[in-house]
Amino acid sequence: MNKVFIGTDNIITSLGFSTQENIGNILDNVTGIRLHSDPNLSRNPFFASIVDDMLLAVHFDGILNHFYPGKKPDDFTRLEQLLLLSAYDALSKSPVPADNKATLFILSSTKGNVDLLADTKKQLKNPNKLFLWDTARFLSRSFNNPNKPLVVSNACISGLLAIIYAARLIQHGKYENVIVCGGDIITEFVASGFQSFQSLENGACKPFDAARNGLSLGEGCGTIILTSKEEYASTPKIEFIAGASANDANHISGPSRTAEGLFLAIQSALTESGLTTGQIGYISAHGTATPFNDEMEARALNRTNMQDVPVNSFKGYFGHTLGAAGVIESILTIHSLQSGKLFKTYGFETPGDIEKINVIDEHTSSNINFGMKLASGFGGCNAAAIFAKK
Amino acid sequence: MSIITKYCIIRDNRIVINGELDYQADLTLPFIEFIKGAYRHYKFNYLKFFKMDELCKLAYLGSEMLLKNDNFLDCYPSNEIGVILSNCASSLDIDIKHQKTISDKDNYFPSPAVFVYTLPNIMIGEICIRHKINGENAMFVSERFDPDQLWQYAEMLFSSAKVSAVISGWVDVMYDSYAAFLYIMEKDNLPEQRQSQIINKSYICNSSQHLSELYNRHF
Repeated sequence: MNKVFIGTDNIITSLGFSTQENIGNILDNVTGIRLHSDPNLSRNPFFASIVDDMLLAVHFDGILNHFYPGKKPDDFTRLEQLLLLSAYDALSKSPVPADNKATLFILSSTKGNVDLLADTKKQLKNPNKLFLWDTARFLSRSFNNPNKPLVVSNACISGLLAIIYAARLIQHGKYENVIVCGGDIITEFVASGFQSFQSLENGACKPFDAARNGLSLGEGCGTIILTSKEEYASTPKIEFIAGASANDANHISGPSRTAEGLFLAIQSALTESGLTTGQIGYISAHGTATPFNDEMEARALNRTNMQDVPVNSFKGYFGHTLGAAGVIESILTIHSLQSGKLFKTYGFETPGDIEKINVIDEHTSSNINFGMKLASGFGGCNAAAIFAKK
Repeated sequence: MSIITKYCIIRDNRIVINGELDYQADLTLPFIEFIKGAYRHYKFNYLKFFKMDELCKLAYLGSEMLLKNDNFLDCYPSNEIGVILSNCASSLDIDIKHQKTISDKDNYFPSPAVFVYTLPNIMIGEICIRHKINGENAMFVSERFDPDQLWQYAEMLFSSAKVSAVISGWVDVMYDSYAAFLYIMEKDNLPEQRQSQIINKSYICNSSQHLSELYNRHF
């Protein structure tokens, strides 16, 4: 089995267009979640983290000519613009050749260009854009990649599952490098759905807090490059060492009370890694801040005897970025391993009402060697992955 | 090595199991009538079926066809069975229905009962709930059925000891057109009680090339 190293990355959210910009804002305790009253997104004002239109236009204008001379920004969907910016930033800092047979693109997204459903004119211009495989193809073709790109669309574990998939392909020698891009945008489609579920917080979400009352939607893209080539790894070197998914087999829209699926995914990842729970120094939880999700995660951490491991959620900074969440939050997990900085859980103040876990409530420094990323989603799906500092 | 021990095709208002026609309805019947008719024909009794969207109904029916009168589920622990599905249109069929509930500002009625189905992996969840399957999940989207991708993914799961068997294949619904091609894929060192059921029929496929040929024979 080949080793899997982590290469360069990029994060785009309302907190910035690069990983560094996002981390800078996180360290400054800034949240990008605010009240939006755009009637095209929602009948009623709602709290969400949305990438600024003007900034997106400026950034995209900066790369458009490089990729598509003669084309207009309007020829590309919002998600295409975000994905192209994200992948370009990660690849421009990387020695990994994007246009090589040994390199593969994987897209993770829950809804792709679903905004086109509300825009018949744009939809008719290019009906294929409604399909996720078309978005993936757009991405890989933009970088002249010769391979058929793959798409993972597995609800809120999509991003983490795409990383696990990428790692498995490298471990088994199918590709040398895999570029995982995750992205989802805020649309009326998604906002209205979560509103109908009454699962949105009235403010920035409060993961693991006793007063938490729902999630905050977030828009974002993340790109992470995985590689078998140690010379392509970012430094300090981080390895992907294990990953797994599992299903609750309980309910399509609510997590299992016993945390069965997440428990199984964590167990499977730990078994693969050969580590014991005592060796895990940090956990990046899914932490959506819905009452049931956070309760379920606390259950899983107690069932696996990891209730004392420092754990945080990033959702209070830039919301739940859906198909991008697993990619964006894995990148932050990896940066914590590299820098030894563990970020506080924005929005968390008062513990209570869930089983005891060790929520990080201040930015701290800690020399950790192994970090775990968790994700759970609709359809009863769960995933866990373990990263190691070399 | 891995083998496919059973497969089911649902298209053109026909259900085919291991190459043999098992049920058919008038070709002019719309999908929803066909699938409800098939459900009644087999006397299934699973009330959740009627709440599901079209994609999940199709996946549910396909998994029932594979697993009824079969000892597959008894031969493996629940966390050693994975469900790996793929399709072309993701959940676009129900997405369009959800969009209709919000496009008219004077007739605005988004519903959780519709919205919850606007993710393609919900059908994996429905199969897992119905058959108490806890293993690996993955939902892939590709323009066409990709036997190499699915075969390779299952083999990677087998070789890293994540699961011992998968329910896998293609389940796609879009604008009145639909197709399902589902199969059971297992490691070829079958559990003993599984061997006794499979032995006379032998396996159907043992490579992605075979899988591709099997698909092309029916599609």
